[in-house]
Amino acid sequence: MATKVFMEALSPTMEEGRLVTWLKQEGDAVKSGEVLAEVETDKAVMELTARGDGVLRKQVVAAGTTAAVGTLVGIIAAADEDIAALLGGAAPGGATSAAPAASAPAVATPSVPAAPAPRAAAPAAPAAPATPAGRALVSPLARRLADESGVSLGAVQGSGPGGRIVKRDIEAALARGPVASSPAAPARASAPVRTGEAFEDIPLTQIRKTIAKRLSESIGPIPTFYLTAEFDLSRVAEMRTAALAIGDAFKVSFNDVILKAVATALTQHPDVNAHWLGDRIRRFGSVHLGMAVATDDGLIVPVIFDADQKGLRAISAEAKALAKKARERKLKPEEFTGSSFSVSNLGMMQIDQFTAIINPPEVGILAIGAIEDKVVVGPDGGFTVQPRLRVTMSCDHRAVDGAVGAAFLQTLRRLIENPLLLSF
Amino acid sequence: MAIITYREALNQALREEMGRDDRVFLMGEEVGVYNGAYKVSKGLLEEFGEMRVVDTPITELGFAGVGVGAAMVGLRPVIEFMTWNFALLAIDQVVNAAAKMLYMSGGQYPMPMVFRGPNGAALQLSAQHSQDFESWLAHIPGLKVVTPGTPYDAKGLLKAAIRDDNPVIVLEGEMLYNTKGEVPEHDYIVPIGEAELKREGSDCSIITNGKMVLVAMNAADQLAKDGIRVDVVDLRTVRPMDVEAIITSVQKTNRAVVLEEGWEIAGIGAQVVDYIQRECFDHLDAPVIRVHQADVPMPYAKGLEKLAKPDLQKTIAAVRKVMYLD
Repeated sequence: MATKVFMEALSPTMEEGRLVTWLKQEGDAVKSGEVLAEVETDKAVMELTARGDGVLRKQVVAAGTTAAVGTLVGIIAAADEDIAALLGGAAPGGATSAAPAASAPAVATPSVPAAPAPRAAAPAAPAAPATPAGRALVSPLARRLADESGVSLGAVQGSGPGGRIVKRDIEAALARGPVASSPAAPARASAPVRTGEAFEDIPLTQIRKTIAKRLSESIGPIPTFYLTAEFDLSRVAEMRTAALAIGDAFKVSFNDVILKAVATALTQHPDVNAHWLGDRIRRFGSVHLGMAVATDDGLIVPVIFDADQKGLRAISAEAKALAKKARERKLKPEEFTGSSFSVSNLGMMQIDQFTAIINPPEVGILAIGAIEDKVVVGPDGGFTVQPRLRVTMSCDHRAVDGAVGAAFLQTLRRLIENPLLLSF
Repeated sequence: MAIITYREALNQALREEMGRDDRVFLMGEEVGVYNGAYKVSKGLLEEFGEMRVVDTPITELGFAGVGVGAAMVGLRPVIEFMTWNFALLAIDQVVNAAAKMLYMSGGQYPMPMVFRGPNGAALQLSAQHSQDFESWLAHIPGLKVVTPGTPYDAKGLLKAAIRDDNPVIVLEGEMLYNTKGEVPEHDYIVPIGEAELKREGSDCSIITNGKMVLVAMNAADQLAKDGIRVDVVDLRTVRPMDVEAIITSVQKTNRAVVLEEGWEIAGIGAQVVDYIQRECFDHLDAPVIRVHQADVPMPYAKGLEKLAKPDLQKTIAAVRKVMYLD
């Protein structure tokens, strides 16, 4: 049976992709799971894999071409199979679902490792689609699951009889990683959450609803306010020097210590380690810390998962590795989705302080400025020189009130000015 | 718990209920001196005497009518048909008298009676003696229809049927009489209208009843070897049907096979599928498949009879099909 190869949604926000290179040529034998082509998404260069066995009979789209998600780009079929009819055919799901809108960037799906989906058996060999062209065969359950999870049916290859899209196909699509939202799916802020994630959904109180509504009218759609604080980094500096004296393996940057301190502070302020989901607030059981990284192509925010449970060395190593991958555009979607709070640092570029923009549905982001030696009045009235750091926290007022944000910064101050606490 | 046969379970139910309430009596062909064609009434004549255990001539319409009359004046008759194939002669009393009496008398005459006997095919009894009438009977408002598949359910449902103030049809099975199972010594009933999840799985629901419960359980064992775990929902009562149990299972597994003993057209399974499509539409991942008897009079030839009956292989094939495995 023939398998149509579609441009798949390979990132959460991908609407179209550029087919960079065909790795299989027309006439090459291909197996399900083999890489057919490289596709450049809006975030990274990804692999487009075969979803059926046979021979790559036709490259419908030439290398270098940009195609919308859901567009037919190739045909896999038996060597002697007549594929003429398929070449004229539309994508399953019809033209409408073939062009998913990314109108709701907050719509994302669980980011899980992109392992091939387990299947109970090889797909049944379907007969030719029994329905008129353009009408997708979808089981009622699969249609509902696709709607709920925002999977575009146009980008899913059905494995049931006659090419029917069934539950396992939707699960496989989810397992492959983020997919574009279906235009039919209502825009809802279902948060990017890893499978098995521990979180708690807090229903909105009336006062919360009123605050959200009124403040969004004032500054919308995210009514943001900013809190700035300046910390003394003397002890962090001492700690770094002392650690380095033990050995190179213990070398950590100021940024690493700040990340660790933010993660620790967030565990004490679950209201800040949360997502705003429109009708409720989702508090997370652990801290998934996004760290903004500048690349030649623009900003990307890889995630240190479970940062609260990791030590300084682990955070340091992971931050370094993620930044490197980000600059090389090698981040996988599951590495840059699912953060519960983010940090942006422009200190290395000598920015004294700045305000960062919240990455929804997160409710806060912390902007880190440059560390600068300043003269301050000491406790005894005399003058001392201290390395000082300014941070500014942007807060989504719908979820976080001023006092809540301030309390978080108080905790952060205590940790950063007494970094010994990070080991407790 | 004692392990006894389905036959003994029915015998215990009759004995306990006759001992408990002296308005209960048993009537039918060979139920007394001969101890029952299938020995279900063994020892009852001796214990309760000929006023309570009544042998009749071969007159199904007649003794069914006597039963209706007895119920009208306050007794609680249990009418045994040697098989339900013979009960066709009495169907006017069952459908037009027993099922309608309470309604047409404006509530003056309750009908606390039981019609019971083996239903469906045994082995090589040919076309006229191998018929499953559960859908005929379940079609009639005014009747309750129970189809116990195990000794436990046989005793519990027969006792519940005798205590019920409505006419209750108890469909037994010749091939079930010798099957064994655990049956408590203490007094219990199985409520009419309650299905039982006989086996818990996650991949597919087999919804069945009566004799087919054993087939479904065997199929579940076989499928488990391939890692396929099925829910086996035993309806136990086909009228009134436990729709909630069907919905709960199918919403969990997203797939269903409906297994019944009788013919396809207007069978019990058709009703089950209707409930599923109405209540579980958005939960279905595959069309529901029915397994049933072939749409022919039951052949006498052994090989053909096997081909006509719903069985283990057909059930397994159906489950694999709804799971898109074949």
